[in-house]
Parts: sequence; structure tokens; C-alpha cells
Amino acid sequence: MSKILIVAEHAGGKLNPVIAKCVHCATGIAGAEIHLAVFAADAAAVAAQAAQIAGVTKVVTVTHAVHANPLAATVAPQLAELAQGYSHIFGPSTTFGKDLMPRVAALLDAPQASDIMAAESATRFKRPIYAGNAIITVEVEAGTRVVATVRTASFEAAGAAASPAPIEAVSLSAALPTHTRFVSVTSARSDRPDLQTAKKVVSGGRALASTDNFKILYSLADKMGAAVGASRAAVDAGYAANDMQVGQTGKIIAPDIYLACGISGAIQHLTGIKDARTIVAINKDPEAPIFEVADYGLVGDLFQVVPEFEKLISSDS
Amino acid sequence: MKRILVSIKRVVDYNVRIRVKPDGTGVITDGVKMSVNPFDEIALEEALRIKEKGLAEEVVAVSIGPADCQQQLRTALAMGADRAVHVQTDAIIEPGTAARLMHKLAEREQVMLAIVGKQAIDDDCNQTGQMLAALWGRPQATFASKVEINGDQALVTREVDAGLETLEIDLPAVITADLRLNEPRYVKLPDIMKAKKKPLETIDPAALGVTPVERLKAVKFDPPAQRSKGVMVKDVQELVTALRGKGLV
Ligand SMILES: Cc1cc2nc3c(=O)[nH]c(=O)nc-3n(C[C@H](O)[C@H](O)[C@H](O)COP(=O)(O)OP(=O)(O)OC[C@H]3O[C@@H](n4cnc5c(N)ncnc54)[C@H](O)[C@@H]3O)c2cc1C
Repeated sequence: MSKILIVAEHAGGKLNPVIAKCVHCATGIAGAEIHLAVFAADAAAVAAQAAQIAGVTKVVTVTHAVHANPLAATVAPQLAELAQGYSHIFGPSTTFGKDLMPRVAALLDAPQASDIMAAESATRFKRPIYAGNAIITVEVEAGTRVVATVRTASFEAAGAAASPAPIEAVSLSAALPTHTRFVSVTSARSDRPDLQTAKKVVSGGRALASTDNFKILYSLADKMGAAVGASRAAVDAGYAANDMQVGQTGKIIAPDIYLACGISGAIQHLTGIKDARTIVAINKDPEAPIFEVADYGLVGDLFQVVPEFEKLISSDS
Repeated sequence: MKRILVSIKRVVDYNVRIRVKPDGTGVITDGVKMSVNPFDEIALEEALRIKEKGLAEEVVAVSIGPADCQQQLRTALAMGADRAVHVQTDAIIEPGTAARLMHKLAEREQVMLAIVGKQAIDDDCNQTGQMLAALWGRPQATFASKVEINGDQALVTREVDAGLETLEIDLPAVITADLRLNEPRYVKLPDIMKAKKKPLETIDPAALGVTPVERLKAVKFDPPAQRSKGVMVKDVQELVTALRGKGLV
């Protein structure tokens, strides 16, 4: 029988909502027992949230002062030790999971399937390659321990459990290296919804032409209750922060509505929004490739369209 | 000698429109343009800049794969790498195998740093650097957008979901390059001529004591689900009406 251990990523005492999506992915493996692992300086609050996810039968906590800022170098040896009792070790395809999981896979001498879109069985997985231009189905020999990162945009969140799963604190013996030290993290603070999990996203490209011009998108986003994203060109040019990048090498998202303003629709960008329910494109070039995938397209100058759009959605007619 | 090891993977150029073969056995790569993986180009550029600041003395480029990989190694030498190692094999190379080979080379060459692209744009795995760091028992600083070498330590800024994270790591270490780490230089014609004279060593995996293993076997390839083209609206009012109808605004 499969036993799946999922790394419960968290920040600021909150479980990352994508973990419930990883649990949903794991339920694709019939009859699997699913456990979550919390690595934290103080695991109580996160463990309590993790225990509420339907399908989870146990939450394991590993407490250590160094996990105040969990790093791959320090989590990996402990996770590898904990993984001994499991057939599958999953983590989210967030920057945290992408950093950590291959290090664990190598310590376990296990293969890793990255960004899985489906766990079809204990041995068979689907994942995108070539920026999502092809989907490969891969298979391991029965009995092989597998590490995977989960492409969370491919899954709905698992629901809430009828009664919480038991929480068990474990102590591990793996030595923790001191060669890697956390210094700081800086975030562009905002009260807007988190881009990764937002239902609505307004996004801007190179056409915005300045940091200042991005304000028209922030204003619209605040009216809609949306998060704000950006293309690589906009981030490279410094108009938007790096954590706003959507695409092959940025965030892969699946909002109900994605409003692309002045974004051409390069393949590397589109791979990040394939799972959006509705794509709206505003672009002055009628030939822009973004229109090939947009559910609604409007040819026009975004500097006129966006303010007018904001005005119209604010009126009640 | 202070040495930096850099990975140079040969991949289908990022501008090529990839198509799945009709029989689902792979993607069409016949006759398509091949290039250095863009993230590896950034890795190499960073290594060259560290060397140009006098903080390293030699940059060694490594490619693993069939004979054709030498084209990409020549590009790396033309960009400025001092020498190249081609681990020649026709076997399927999973990230685990690539990491084991890189590990052997990192030890053989006694490097202070291994800089690799954060992912390859063909298999999009994003694994090799982290696996290398684990096998080597050394620090990893992935998705780097800024690297500062201070003696036997480095300060690395990483692009993470929350923003920018800074780590301090002891050398030797592995750094994986993200897009905004730098902008790779263009290769000039005289450099291409000079590159022809630079040393390029060819070895096979067995010489490094590594046997390539394929543990994730490809069963089939499918084209992605296509989104159907939607409707063009004539003005903002029509757009708002349509989105209101769906409860989206
Ligand atoms: C390895 C690699 C990885 C990459 N990863 C990513 C990634 O993760 N995410 C990503 O986004 N890109 C990525 N890219 C870059 C990608 O190829 C494109 O270069 C980028 O997405 C282009 O951004 P853009 O659409 O904003 O800019 P452009 O392509 O320059 O498009 C600007 C658009 O704005 C329109 N426009 C101009 N003015 C106006 C106006 N006033 N009103 C309305 N429309 C206007 C233009 O018609 C044009 O279509 C990657 C590239 C590589 C090589």
C-alpha cells in the first residue's frame, strides 16, 4: 500500500493553501495513506490547520529553532530521515518545494517527477515539458520510492475533514548542517490577495512602460478584489516585483479570471495561465498571440481601456 | 586553483514551436535549432564575471550527452570558458545522473563553485543543482538573482514566491541561476576562432564511475489541451456586460 508524505509549507503561522491541492493530487493514488509533515520552530498552529484537510490521516511535526526560516539544507536531512517509512514524498511546486524536494530525492537516491499534473497510480505520473507544449506520462518500476513536486494549478483544494487528523511530534537524529544561513527576506508588502491562489488576477506587460503606470492596474485590481501579476518583460524592466511574474519561470496560476493588459502572449507566459477559467486580453495589436487563447479579446489602448473598464464595473448598470 | 564548474545543456532553442509526434513517442526535434539552455548561459556569464573580478581563476564548462553537445561547448568556450569537458553518452540522462556526473567532476576539479541553470527548458525538471548539492554535501542557493563572493563565503539573493531571500553560504557550494542574475554577453567572431584552440576533453560516464540509469520511463507524450479561441468584443461596455453575465466582475 502507498504511504504518502507531503511537506506542509507554511509562513507566518499559516499553512500555505496550496497544500490542500497537493493532498487532492495524492488522493489520485488509490488507497494511499496520506500524512503531512510540518517543519517549524513552533508547529502547533500550522499542524492544527493541516489536520483539518480531508484525506489526511496524520500530521507529523518536527520542531527545531532553525526551522523558523525553513531552508532546503536543513529540512532535507530531516525529511529524508522521516521519508524512510513512506513510498511517496510530495511537495508543492512553489519555490520552497522546488528548492527542497530534489535535495531530498538525491539523499534518498530516488527519482523525482517535477510539476505533476496527475498521479494516475502509485507508479504513473503526468507532467508538462517544453514550457507546457507537451505532456509526458512517466512510469517508475513498482516499489520504487518516488519524490514529486505537485503542479498545484492542476488541482482543486481538498475539502475540510469531518474530524481533525491526529498530530504527532517526532524527534529525528539527522545532523543539521550549518553551512547555509538565512539572512533575510524582503517582500513587496501588499494587502491584495496572494497571486498564487487568487480567484481574480489583473496582469500587465511591457506595454505599461513604467512602475508608475502599473498604478492603473493596482487601482483596477483593488476594485475587483484581484491580485496583480506581470510578464517577464515587465519584471525585467523593473516595472513590477519579481514575485509578480507569471509563466514558465514565474508562477503557474489558475484564477477564475485573468485580465492580461499589454501582454503579447509569449509561450513562456501562456504556460502560466493555461488553467485560468476565463482569460481576457487587452492589446492594441490585433495580431497579438494572446488573442489565440483569450476567451474575450479587446483591441485597444490599455491606457484608455483600463480606466474605462474600472469606471464601468464601479457603476451598477 | 580557484575554479568554477558550469553546466551547458544542449536544448531545443526557446523560439522553436514544439510539436508532439503524431504517434505520441516524443516531440519533433529533427532539423530544429538547438542552443545552450538559456539558464546555463546565465550561469556561465556569472562564472565569467566572478573570474573577471579576480575572484576565480578558471571556468570549466561541462556538457553531458551525444557528440553534438560539442557545438554548445564551443559556444561556451567562445563566451569565455577556459576549457570544456564533454561527458559523451547517447543514454537518456535524468537529472539524478547529471548530478552524479557533475559531483564527480566537482570533486575531480576541486571547484569553489558549481553554477548551473535553475532548469533546462526541455524537460523543465529544475532538479540537477539541488541534487548535486545534496550528493556533494554542500550548500545550495537556488534561483539566484544576485551573487556576491566574500572570501570563502557567498551572499546570494534568491527569487522566491514571497519576494527576495538572501542566504549566506560557505564555499564550495552550488548556485542555480535565475533569469535576472545577469544578461549574457554576445559572442564575437574572433572569440569563436579563439575557442577552437581551447581544450575540450571528452570522457565517458564510466570513466567517472557513473552508469546512467533511467528510472522515470517515458510511456507517452501528448499535446497539451488546447484552449479554444474566444470572442472579440468591440468595446469596453460589451466586455463588461459579458463578464457581468458570468459573474466575474
Ligand atoms: C527561458 C525563458 C523563460 C521565460 N519565462 C517567462 C515567464 O515566466 N513569464 C513571462 O511572462 N515571460 C517569460 N519569458 C519571456 C517571454 O518569451 C516574453 O519575452 C515575455 O513574456 C514578453 O512580455 P510582454 O508580453 O510583456 O512583452 P512584449 O512581448 O513586448 O509585448 C507587449 C505587448 O503590449 C502590446 N501593447 C503595447 N502598447 C500597448 C498599449 N498602449 N495598449 C495595449 N497593448 C499594448 C503590444 O502590442 C505587445 O503585444 C521567458 C523567456 C525565456 C527565454
